[in-house]
Amino acid sequence: MTIEQISVFLENKPGRLAEITKLIGDAGVDLRAMSLADTADFGVLRLMVDDPEKVRELLLGVGCAISVTQVLAVRIADKPGSLAGVLAVLADAAISVEYAYASITRDKENAYVILRVNDNDRALETLSAHGIKAASAKELFNGG
Amino acid sequence: MGYYQGEVECAEREAMRELQSKRLVENVAHVYENVPHYRKKMDDKGVAPGDIKSVDDLYKLPFLTKDDLKDAYPYGYLAVPLSEAVRIQSTSGTTGKRVVAFYTHGDIDLWEDCCARAIMAAGGGRDDVVHVCYGYGLFTGGPGLNGGSHRVGSLTLPMSSGNTERQIQFMTDLEATILCCTPSYAAFLAESIIEQGLRGQIKLKAGIFGAEAWSEEMRRDIEARLGIKAYDIYGLTEISGPGVSFECSDQTGMHVNEDHFIPEIIDPETGEVLPDGQRGELVFTCITKKAFPLLRYRTRDICVLSRKPCSCGRTLVKMSRLMGRTDDMLIIRGVNVFPSQIETVLLSCGFQPNYQIVLDRVHHTDTFEVRVELTSEMFSDTVKGISTKENELVSAMRAMLGISPKVTLVAPRSIARSEGKAVRVIDNRKI
Repeated sequence: MTIEQISVFLENKPGRLAEITKLIGDAGVDLRAMSLADTADFGVLRLMVDDPEKVRELLLGVGCAISVTQVLAVRIADKPGSLAGVLAVLADAAISVEYAYASITRDKENAYVILRVNDNDRALETLSAHGIKAASAKELFNGG
Repeated sequence: MGYYQGEVECAEREAMRELQSKRLVENVAHVYENVPHYRKKMDDKGVAPGDIKSVDDLYKLPFLTKDDLKDAYPYGYLAVPLSEAVRIQSTSGTTGKRVVAFYTHGDIDLWEDCCARAIMAAGGGRDDVVHVCYGYGLFTGGPGLNGGSHRVGSLTLPMSSGNTERQIQFMTDLEATILCCTPSYAAFLAESIIEQGLRGQIKLKAGIFGAEAWSEEMRRDIEARLGIKAYDIYGLTEISGPGVSFECSDQTGMHVNEDHFIPEIIDPETGEVLPDGQRGELVFTCITKKAFPLLRYRTRDICVLSRKPCSCGRTLVKMSRLMGRTDDMLIIRGVNVFPSQIETVLLSCGFQPNYQIVLDRVHHTDTFEVRVELTSEMFSDTVKGISTKENELVSAMRAMLGISPKVTLVAPRSIARSEGKAVRVIDNRKI
């Protein structure tokens, strides 16, 4: 199972990140995970939200360049070494991870890590063969 | 598609030359007699009206430049008594050299005829609805196409520029079939129409776009987005306004209305007349206008003339799309760069032609930055993906220009778009 992630192009200008997060907050959309990659000239903000369609329209409406990508949200036990285990499984199958970031969760036992890989289908197959499940949007946002 | 004045538009070459010669001789005498500034220029060069017997003698006449007009502002080149002049139009004066042009009734008639030829060449007729969103007023765009549309007998919407919402509403409600505006505004309208999901409600079949330089790629882009055929039109206030030349269904250059305006291509450095097919500065001589009949006026526009037979049947000489201007050419690190080249690269790399060139000078070296608006289609979620796009643009520009700019991607719609002419160059160099 993959989940939609929304990425937003950010010019390096003061206040851009604040503007965009405020917009999402004001619309009552829940932000579950985010990461910001930056270069000298621009940034890429990636968001996991509970209503991607609404956010997509909102951001297009204010003239943002955005893209929607399918990513994996993998549940791992909240203890040392568990992320390394998942990544080792993917590495053994020669699947590359473009980037990864953590998501907040209300679950005390587990954590979620958002993974962008070069081949979603093979990644899902490989993880599943090792008994690792990728979460659905419902699980990520509602705790299963 | 029909002709508005087929007998002239498709005249035999010899008949056209005869007509031109007769009119040229008359207008040289008229100017010599009524414009002391030009009489002095001719006297200084040792040319008398009697020396001009046919178009073959055109080269003997002195050139006129924008500076000449500026020095004689406002009435210095008016060639008729005020009692015969009925209208002025004016350039924007952005370069600090405002030109005021004068028209008699007859001058307006012939200008509108030229625009009517352009509208019919774009497929216009009595049943068409012509939506004119060039500015009205001092700018020649609105009045020119408005008059041409009346002559053709089309229903004319005198929208003028601005208020995009209203433009789109009239365009859809009245089912406009031909759009007249600048190419950058046409691209902007297309964006807005598609964004609002109104693409299915427009009935446009053609567009007549001019008043700024644009590329073939931009034409194809506008055509695809609006589902129309896009025609180029050329003109300048000094010579009359839009309709000095116009494109036909062949879309391979603009037919010059040479029964009114004789074109020449010269070497901008030496002033020497160049043969057809060679690239150089375009020069016009007005042979019918009476109030403001400029002879051998240097346009600073760079193009090529061609007399190859045209599939539309017109025999009027064709000028190519503008290849730049002798004065908008930028010299960056010693290399000649035309903004139109940047546009070509952007479109060929999948970007929209929304860009701005920023020049500065740091430690005696030119810095050359091209800001390009990113669109959602060109954006990806990885930094690597965007950097790849940036690098592709830099390489393509280096290949086209011979020097490498720094490419900066900026947010959509963050570069100011004017509804008239787009500001493409910010030159902060202090030399």
